[in-house]
Amino acid sequence: MREKLVIIGNGMAPGRMLEHLLEAAPDRYQITIFNAEPRVNYDRIMLSPVLSGEKTFEEIVIHGDGWYVERDIMLYKGHRIVAIDRAAKTVTSEHGETVAYDKLVIATGSVPFIIPVPGSDLPGVITYRDLDDVDAMLLAAQSREKAVVIGGGLLGLEAAAGLKARGMDVTVLHVMPTLMERQLDAAAGYLLQKAVEARGIEVLTKANTKAILGEGRVEGVELADGTIIPATLVVMAVGIRPNVAVAKEAGLEVGRGIVTDEKMVTSDPDILSVGECAEVGGNVYGLVAPLYEMARTAAATLSGSQDKRFVHSDTPTKLKVTGIDLYSVGDFADGEDREEIVLRDASCGIYKRVILKENRVIGTVLFGETSDGAWFNDLKKKQTDVSEMRDTLIFGQAFQGGGNADPLAAVAALADDAEICGCNGVCKGKIVSTVTSKGLTSLDDVRAHTKASASCGTCTGLVEQLMRLSLGDSYNPAAVQPMCSCTDLGHDDVRRLIKAKGLKTIPAVMQELEWKTSCGCAKCRPALNYYLVADWPDEYADDYQSRFVNERVHANIQKDGTYSVVPRMWGGMTSSKELRAIADVVDKFAIPAVKVTGGQRIDMLGIRKEDLPAVWADLGEAGFVSGQAYAKGLRTVKTCVGSDWCRFGTQDSTGLGIRIEKFMWGSWTPAKVKMGVSGCPRNCAEATCKDVGVICVDSGFEIHFAGAAGLDIKGTEILGSVKTEDEALEVIVALTQMYREQGRYLERIYKWAKRIGTEEIRRQVLDDFDRRKAYFDRFVFSQKFAQVDPWSERVSGKDKHEFQPMAALSLQQAAE
Amino acid sequence: MNWFDIGAIDDIPLRGARCVATPQGRIGVFRTAGDTIYAIEDHCPHRGGPLSEGIVHGASVTCPLHNWVFSLETGQAQGPDEGSVKTIPVKVVNGRISLGLDLAAMAAE
Ligand code: SRM
Ligand SMILES: Cc1cc2nc3c(=O)[nH]c(=O)nc-3n(C[C@H](O)[C@H](O)[C@H](O)COP(=O)(O)OP(=O)(O)OC[C@H]3O[C@@H](n4cnc5c(N)ncnc54)[C@H](O)[C@@H]3O)c2cc1C
Ligand code: SF4
Ligand code: FES
Repeated sequence: MREKLVIIGNGMAPGRMLEHLLEAAPDRYQITIFNAEPRVNYDRIMLSPVLSGEKTFEEIVIHGDGWYVERDIMLYKGHRIVAIDRAAKTVTSEHGETVAYDKLVIATGSVPFIIPVPGSDLPGVITYRDLDDVDAMLLAAQSREKAVVIGGGLLGLEAAAGLKARGMDVTVLHVMPTLMERQLDAAAGYLLQKAVEARGIEVLTKANTKAILGEGRVEGVELADGTIIPATLVVMAVGIRPNVAVAKEAGLEVGRGIVTDEKMVTSDPDILSVGECAEVGGNVYGLVAPLYEMARTAAATLSGSQDKRFVHSDTPTKLKVTGIDLYSVGDFADGEDREEIVLRDASCGIYKRVILKENRVIGTVLFGETSDGAWFNDLKKKQTDVSEMRDTLIFGQAFQGGGNADPLAAVAALADDAEICGCNGVCKGKIVSTVTSKGLTSLDDVRAHTKASASCGTCTGLVEQLMRLSLGDSYNPAAVQPMCSCTDLGHDDVRRLIKAKGLKTIPAVMQELEWKTSCGCAKCRPALNYYLVADWPDEYADDYQSRFVNERVHANIQKDGTYSVVPRMWGGMTSSKELRAIADVVDKFAIPAVKVTGGQRIDMLGIRKEDLPAVWADLGEAGFVSGQAYAKGLRTVKTCVGSDWCRFGTQDSTGLGIRIEKFMWGSWTPAKVKMGVSGCPRNCAEATCKDVGVICVDSGFEIHFAGAAGLDIKGTEILGSVKTEDEALEVIVALTQMYREQGRYLERIYKWAKRIGTEEIRRQVLDDFDRRKAYFDRFVFSQKFAQVDPWSERVSGKDKHEFQPMAALSLQQAAE
Repeated sequence: MNWFDIGAIDDIPLRGARCVATPQGRIGVFRTAGDTIYAIEDHCPHRGGPLSEGIVHGASVTCPLHNWVFSLETGQAQGPDEGSVKTIPVKVVNGRISLGLDLAAMAAE
């Protein structure tokens, strides 16, 4: 005979308790549940997304009817328990159903508090607690008239945002000077108010409600100062009270809530209590994380375990209003014994404050940028001494050591016991080990198995990053790696949006794509500049301030601040005249070093910046143009001597190399592009480790690409063979243009090709003649604006300011 | 300290920088997107990179040699890197920029 377990209330706490209990002791109890709400177990937290229309009720159900049937649990929906007979060990519902128990769990949750002002019982005044309230609000919202939300806390603001999203005109009344004052300090409360107002919601603080007005239905709200605000709907969200009525009636010990010990047992040893109605260690709770801890504890107690005890922890507060990011945890009051570190970025509404006591984090308030919340909370929980990283603490985890802003690195650096999902108390180690041991590959699987990200969802990004960390490239999360910390968008998204929205300047991109910094950083600006140059060759004005100094001054900066100059030697060919001109320049400007490069040309190193224009003027007279040894563009085309001289040469490899170089220099590419043309498969020009290579054979030209010989070494792949030089040129140009249009900034061809796939590239630039031609034409168009020798431009005076100091102060001047 | 006129605001590109040669070494003068002018030593504490040749973003500059980032306001290296450069007082009057330097004292020695 199984023991009889009866549960009063079917909210989030007992729902979770049952899951644990059925895992630990699946057959021990015959279970009966009474729920006053006429429905199954659902995720109450997610009512706000249902209100705003982002989710449906079906999507937030936790246990559907089938769940109970499969587990042989009797669920009475719409049955309120009105009496507990502790002597007879029975409970009785309002419909007269009486059921006996061996163990009873009271999980009656809370009741919303209603401020006792005149009119508070008028039709049209509702609270915000369950699906019925949401339905009532949705009905009222159909009128698209005025709503007043009383209470500027978490619930009130979520209700306000939801009603606004449903088309109502919303005013929030809050009695305190700033919003959410129990979770946020005044500065964050101010930013929150601005963010709420920016959505068109009116906010009145210090607003003391005196009465709710109306004849037979709500018509408005009157404040203590006499102001009257018209309203057809009033939502009261001013707080909750633990629902202790039945417990009190039954003579159980009740304080603020139903008093339990650390094992969740009430003053009656056969009765337990969990959820918002329970008071443990003198505390009552209103967020799910501690309730889930109660659920774990009660399940352990019910399954006969003696060791599990409830432990208190602070739960971070997050607001589930899309687009408003806030996070707060712990103690953030000012005090003599505390120090604080504050970071503000007014332009983007970011505020971060960390409160320290004896070099340990005791509280955190984040607004606008909350990704480091989990990390700060972890420092707080572990009581880590932060004196070592004090200077950079506020910049978050990414800045601690390594300076790597890569979010993946930040997640990788988290300790195994760092909490990722606050609602369900799931830590990193648990997620990673479950993913690996169970071979999970989708977010839904992870939710099902670990519960992480299954409640409020604000940790989804972190969970996805953990999955990527565990599964590597095989996991493709919806969330992509952002370009840099100025944006959440990845390179591909940005490129797509630039085209889709017709964005043609860097400020336009930053504005439209909601950059988080005022003018970007040294990572995103050069990337954006390239994307715009590549996408709008005729319309975009190149932004030199977004280019690395080498590309601004068209020379390579050296470790001592001098520059090197590498002129083009087409295909590696030179002449006595050219060599003489170089020799003259070297002498005239006392250039300290001359070197033959690995790219078949000559490098002059150690030139003073001020001398650059004069050096170029002399080189230009001898017919040299810039070798663009600094460019994300075509660098060199290495050639061998080919059929002109070599006894094995099958084609004019030198001539083809020169032709390619002359045709293709100029246009910018995502990363540098190096090419090689060898006259036969002996491959003296090392064409098979270049971005693009050609191997000449008797029957024509074998086109190779996606090689690398720098940080990585990789032989090329064969794109295909063509018969004529003209065709070879067309295919190479088309290939380069495809890469220009799709590559991510700083991504060499071999990496891009790995992403896109050789097959696809071959299909587009070799097999599909129309596409090939279209790519070719777009490259040629871009060259119209790019094939201008930057050196001669600067010799004629362009960007003069780049080369001369602004002023030179001398001692005489100083003495005056 | 004395004020030395070094030129006009428009001599520096927006989100750009120029350098000024002085007997005490080079000074980088920066103009942010919001038209604020800052001056700092033009010598990165890491390996001496010319900061005035870096990319200017917000009120920071990224060194052209190895990408350390410095606050133009405080001269402090940002992020994990440690170090700082001297900041130099700047005055902008009627579009002309002056730097506050202790050169006179040095000249008098
Ligand atoms: C001058 C030269 C070395 C030499 O004395 O021979 C050279 C010099 C530099 N290389 Fe190189 N590379 C030179 C040929 C190469 C080659 C060989 C080649 O091109 O045949 C390679 C391997 C092939 C390749 O690129 O895959 C090569 C792979 C690199 C890499 C690694 C690139 C990669 O994606 O793996 C870098 C770093 C980078 O670009 O980020 C680099 C970067 C550099 C830089 C630009 C370092 C820097 O960022 O300041 C050096 C500039 C010195 C200067 O001012 O001239 N250099 N570098 C060669 C110039 C060739 C030219 O005429 O333009
Ligand atoms: C709109 C909204 C947003 C929220 N957002 C968050 C959030 O982002 N993060 C967070 O951590 N928390 C949030 N919460 C709070 C969280 O939902 C609650 O803490 C949690 O649901 C409480 O669980 P519980 O099991 O104690 O009670 P409840 O889920 O309230 O369940 C109690 C159930 O008991 C039933 N009941 C009551 N009396 C009786 C009786 N006598 N007989 C039978 N049945 C009875 C009730 O009908 C109810 O269904 C939010 C709450 C709301 C309303
Ligand atoms: S290998 Fe290239 S990057 Fe490295 S020191 Fe030599 S020239 Fe510089
Ligand atoms: S010299 Fe400035 S970062 Fe290295």
